Amino acid sequence: MEVAKVENVTRVYTIGKVETQALRGVSLSIESGEFTALVGPSGSGKTTLLQLFGCLDQPSTGKVYINGRDVSQLNRNQRADLRRGTIGFIFQFFALIPTLTAFENIEMPLLLNGLGAKERRDRVTELLEAVGLADRGRNRPDQLSGGEQQRVAIARALSIKPKLILADEPTANLDTPNGQLVMETMTRLNKETGVTFVFATHDPRVIKYAQRVVTLRDGLVAENGAQKASR
Amino acid sequence: MIQMLKLAFRNLGRNRRRTFFSALAMGMALALLLLMASVIQGEYGDAIELAIHLQSGHLQVRSADYDETKTSLKWESLIEDPDQVAARIASIGAVAVATPRLYASGFVTTRDESSGVRVVGIDPLSEANAPFRDGILEGNFLTREDREGVLIGWSLAHRLGLAVGDQISLSVNTSNGEVDEQPFTVRGVYNTGSSGFDGLTVFLPLAKAQAFTGAENRASAIFVLLRDTSQTEAVIAALNAPGYEVLTWRDMNELLVQVEQLASSYMGIFYLIVLGIAATVIVNTQVMSVYERTREIGILSAIGMRGRRVMTIFLTESGLLAVGGILLGLAIGGLAIAYFTRFGLPLDIEKFGFTGMLFRERIYTQLSIQDAVRLTLMSFIVTLLAGLYPAVLASRMEPVAALRAEK
Repeated sequence: MEVAKVENVTRVYTIGKVETQALRGVSLSIESGEFTALVGPSGSGKTTLLQLFGCLDQPSTGKVYINGRDVSQLNRNQRADLRRGTIGFIFQFFALIPTLTAFENIEMPLLLNGLGAKERRDRVTELLEAVGLADRGRNRPDQLSGGEQQRVAIARALSIKPKLILADEPTANLDTPNGQLVMETMTRLNKETGVTFVFATHDPRVIKYAQRVVTLRDGLVAENGAQKASR
Repeated sequence: MIQMLKLAFRNLGRNRRRTFFSALAMGMALALLLLMASVIQGEYGDAIELAIHLQSGHLQVRSADYDETKTSLKWESLIEDPDQVAARIASIGAVAVATPRLYASGFVTTRDESSGVRVVGIDPLSEANAPFRDGILEGNFLTREDREGVLIGWSLAHRLGLAVGDQISLSVNTSNGEVDEQPFTVRGVYNTGSSGFDGLTVFLPLAKAQAFTGAENRASAIFVLLRDTSQTEAVIAALNAPGYEVLTWRDMNELLVQVEQLASSYMGIFYLIVLGIAATVIVNTQVMSVYERTREIGILSAIGMRGRRVMTIFLTESGLLAVGGILLGLAIGGLAIAYFTRFGLPLDIEKFGFTGMLFRERIYTQLSIQDAVRLTLMSFIVTLLAGLYPAVLASRMEPVAALRAEK
C-alpha cells in the first residue's frame, strides 16, 4: 500500500530576483513499511522532497499524495492537522524544545493530539524504553548527548504512531558510534512497528541500512532503486 | 492549557534578566500611573474639600440680587433676618449646619504695612467654623460679644508682622456705599493649611460685622454644609424660594472643577504615553524572542501545532509578563503612594501663582480602589495588546522557513 507519492513535482524558490529550481519534475512512490534512503549531493533536492512528503511545503507544480489523498492544495491549518496525526519528523539538528525535558518533548505531539494524561504517560514511558533512554526522561536536551537527543527525537516522531517518519540527515551531526546507534534504533523500530521511514543522507555508512536507495541529482531522480528483499 | 502555561513560563525563564527588565518597565509605568492618579486625586479632591469647608460650603443661599463680584452690601442684596432663615435650612435632614455669613471688602493697615483683605462676619458658635477654630495657632477664637477683636490668618500675620494683641486699623465698604474705618485687636491667628486663604481672610463676629458695615440684621449668605456631598443636588429643591438664589459648591468653585476636569483629560493622554513606552519595551522583547526561537517555532509547526496555538504560547508569555509587571508596579507604586499619603508631597503653591483656588502646601496622595483597578487592568490589556504583534508574527511563520533558521 502506498503511504506517500509525488507526481511530477517541481519546486522553485525565489530568493531576491534569483530563481532556484530545487526539484525539476520528480515522481516517486513510497510503500508502507519501507526503509528508504534519499541520497545525492548537497543541493540535489533531498530535503525539498522530504519537505513535500512531510506537508511542510507545497510543490510549485505537480501533486503530492499522503495515504492516497491529494495534499498539494491544503491550507496551513489543514497541513498542520495532517502532520499532527500522520507524519513524524527527525531533523539533522537535534530538533528538541530546549525548555522541555526529554519526557515532555516526546509528550508534546500527544498533547497536541488531545490524549489524556495517563495515556500520554504510558506511551512516553514505553517510547523512552524503546529508544534506550528509560532513565533520561527528566533530563533537558542540554543534559543529553547528541545521540541521546536524536533518539529522543525518534521517540517523539514515533509517539503519535505515524504512518510515515521523515528523517533529514539524522546522523549528520553524530559521531560514528552514535550514528550507528541511531540507525540501528530506526531499523529496529521499522521492523517492530512497521512504520515507514524515509531519510535523506549522503553518508555512505548510513546508506547501507536502507532497504531502498533513491538517488537524486540536480532536482531529478537519477536512480530509483528497487526495494531489497531484506537487510 | 496548564502545559501551555508551563511552556510559556519556562520560555520567560530562559533569559531571566531580560524578562525581569521588561516586567520592570511595565511595573514602573503602572507605578507612575498609580502615583499620578493618586496625586491628582489627592490634589483636587483635597482642594475641593478645602474650598467647600473654608470658603463656599456645599450650598449657599443668597438674595437673588446679590452680586458676588462686587461684594455688595446694599440692603436689597442681603438676606433679612438671617438667623431665622438659617434655622429653617438647618431643620432639613441632610443639612449638617447652616449659618449666616456677611462678606465685605476691606483693608488692614498697621503702622508700617497695609493689605487688602476679605472681611467675613461669622457666628462664632457655629460648627461651620471648625477649620478656623481648630486651626488657631495663637490667641483665642472669637466670641459673639466681642466688639473689638478680629481673627487673622497666619500668612497675613506674617506678612504684616502682626501677633496676638496687636492693634490694626480695618476699613470696610458699607451698606450705604461709603468706607468706614475702626481700630481692632488681633485676638487670634489661625492656620487652615491654605496660605492663599489665610493671607486674605479676616474674621469678625457677625454682630460686629453687621454693625460695622451698616448691614444691620442682614447677611450676605447662608453658608450650608451637608452631611454628604452627594446629597447636594437633592437639597437644592428644598431650598428654592422666591427672592433667593441657591448656589452649589460646583457653581462657586467653577474654576477648580474645570481645572480638575482638564487635569483628568490630560492625565488620560499622559497615561497613554507612559503605557505606550512600556508597550514598546514589551513588543521589542517579544519580537526578539520570536526571532531567537524561530527554529523552535518551525519544530512545533512540523509536529502539527497550528498557528493559533503558537500565537497562544506567545500571548501567554505576554500575559505572564504583564502579571509580573503588575505585581512589581503595585509594589513600587503602593510603597510610593503609602509614603506620600502619610508624609505628603511638598507643593510650592506660591510659585504657580494660582489665584481663586485653594490648595494646601502639601499634597497628600489618595488612591481609590476604582482607580487602582482601572489602571491595573489598563496596564494588563496594553501588555497583552503589545504581545499581539509578536504573537501574530510567530504564528504566521512558514515551517520550512522557520526550520531553516540558524537557531
